[in-house]
Amino acid sequence: MAENQRKIDRRKFVGDGLRIVGAVGIAGATGFWAGRRAEDDDNLWQIDPHQCVACGNCATHCVLDKSAVVCKHAYAMCGYCNLCTGYFEPDANELTTGAENQLCPTGAIRRTFIEDPYYEYAIDEPLCIGCGKCVKGCTAFGNGSLYLQIDQDRCMHCNECAIAIACPSEAIKRVPAGKPYLPKDQNGGPA
Amino acid sequence: MKACGRWLFVAWVVAMLAGTAYGVERFPPPEFTNHQLPATQFAPPRAAAMQYVDVALLAGALGLASYLALVRRSRRGLFFLAVASLAWFGFVRHGCVCPIGAIQNVTLALFDPTYAIGLPVIAFFVLPLLFTLFFGRTFCAAVCPLGALQEMVALHPVSVPQWLAHALGLLRYVYLGLGVALAATGTAFVICRYDPLVGFFRLGGSASMLIVGGCLLLFGVFVGRPYCRFLCPYGAVLGWLSKVSKWHVRITPDECIHCRLCEDVCPYGAIEAPTEGLQPEAMPSARRRLVFFALFLPILVAGGALLGRELAVPLSMLDPTVELAERIWAEDHGLVEGTTDASDAYRNTQRPIDELIRAAVLQRDKLAWAGGAFGAWVGLVIGVKLIWLSRSRKQVDYAPDTANCVSCGRCFWYCPQEHIRQGWIGAEEKDAGRTVTLR
Repeated sequence: MAENQRKIDRRKFVGDGLRIVGAVGIAGATGFWAGRRAEDDDNLWQIDPHQCVACGNCATHCVLDKSAVVCKHAYAMCGYCNLCTGYFEPDANELTTGAENQLCPTGAIRRTFIEDPYYEYAIDEPLCIGCGKCVKGCTAFGNGSLYLQIDQDRCMHCNECAIAIACPSEAIKRVPAGKPYLPKDQNGGPA
Repeated sequence: MKACGRWLFVAWVVAMLAGTAYGVERFPPPEFTNHQLPATQFAPPRAAAMQYVDVALLAGALGLASYLALVRRSRRGLFFLAVASLAWFGFVRHGCVCPIGAIQNVTLALFDPTYAIGLPVIAFFVLPLLFTLFFGRTFCAAVCPLGALQEMVALHPVSVPQWLAHALGLLRYVYLGLGVALAATGTAFVICRYDPLVGFFRLGGSASMLIVGGCLLLFGVFVGRPYCRFLCPYGAVLGWLSKVSKWHVRITPDECIHCRLCEDVCPYGAIEAPTEGLQPEAMPSARRRLVFFALFLPILVAGGALLGRELAVPLSMLDPTVELAERIWAEDHGLVEGTTDASDAYRNTQRPIDELIRAAVLQRDKLAWAGGAFGAWVGLVIGVKLIWLSRSRKQVDYAPDTANCVSCGRCFWYCPQEHIRQGWIGAEEKDAGRTVTLR
């Protein structure tokens, strides 16, 4: 009986010891990580428009059926061209809003006449699928005022962004919650 | 209007010749006389406070699960809590961030000081560990959405042979080691990438993910919780903590009557049957075996480390930098035709190719170290398992195997002694044994 008692005591001692070590270890590690984390503790995914090459992967690789990536327009950078290379097909028959002339596969860009010879272009975000065709056209031949961004309201904040894996130019990076977007007209040139 | 087409063609050619990739103001923005420029709209992210709500809910669910499993001993309560957790952490929050995936964030934060890990992520990683240290794996029972989903489909569980369960159980450690090695080197978050069930939570995903997930769930009808038992890396950690937990689910509230109902109902093979322990005459051979395995352990670890270093090349195929460097090298040496989006993008940045190659070599060196550590880990796991299996302990009653028990509550729900305690049956009915119908 005494033998048995000792055995139980020993097991209890070892168990308690391991528990204490475990609890102290976990608490210590938490403190370490908490102390090590950066100022702004939140991480959201965002596209750096200066690194983006508008390859089209954003439209197809997001885990959402309709990608969380949408096109944004930096109006202050836009040339308001009549012949917008982000809006029109390269071999457009006419410079009109006819669907056959448009580059956008979903007709998500609205073209409005402002004053001769200027037209304003606006993105109808619910229609935009983030394919980046307009971005490519605008960046290659225009001012590059159209650019892709992750809509933070719809992003699932996956632990590993599926588009980031597929991105050819590593343009998708984590940004702090305090600065969830990287607008093209507000942050510097190519990184 | 033919003219405008030609104009456009000229514009293309001119732009091609100019050849700059970045937005230069080729067409100066006009100064309008009477037009206000619209402001670009940016939808704000969901409130950061929501994450703390999730942490609070996680803590609450863990507390409730522990209470239901250990104090109330209510299988029904645990089941409903599992449904609620599945609904919230699974379908509403889409299974991100979960403690299983948080292993990688924590690892990366440990190895990469520039990586900022959020407090909620730390909380998600740590809270279940702490609760398990005190109450056993109540997290697995009713809080983890992956566990809950598999719990719901375990309709016709068959028992897996012990040797197979032990062997497959090692996969968890291998997966854990791989996940940690790849996260530490900043290569990939494989645990998230190959999460088989998250596609269901998002109600959509790639075909391969949904097919694998569907097969896993179908398999889960016959083999209880296949992911938890054979793959879950977090479950491996929780198992060890549960082994030394302060309290743990008990099968019978009273004396065990050896009816074996608990062993019969446990879908996860987590009930340890009584054993005689080691007979004195078997002692010398058992001791010899233990000594042999103890000596064998360092050999396994060293061998694993050596083999693991060879994994650097296959592991680096998951790394985007190495992949890109290989592609560009192959292009420059005429081994492949054409270019890819990635190689074009790199060349357009005007950064020297040497820089990329150096970064790739550095990354591959890191992966050689990580691979070596991973191999040593696998060797260690196999060695410890062999030692673990060769020890023998006397056990009188049926008891949960605390490492593998997920505290689902089926065992005490079926225990006749529990039925008497709850007043569902009278003490005299107990002897009528297995004919008693459950209410």
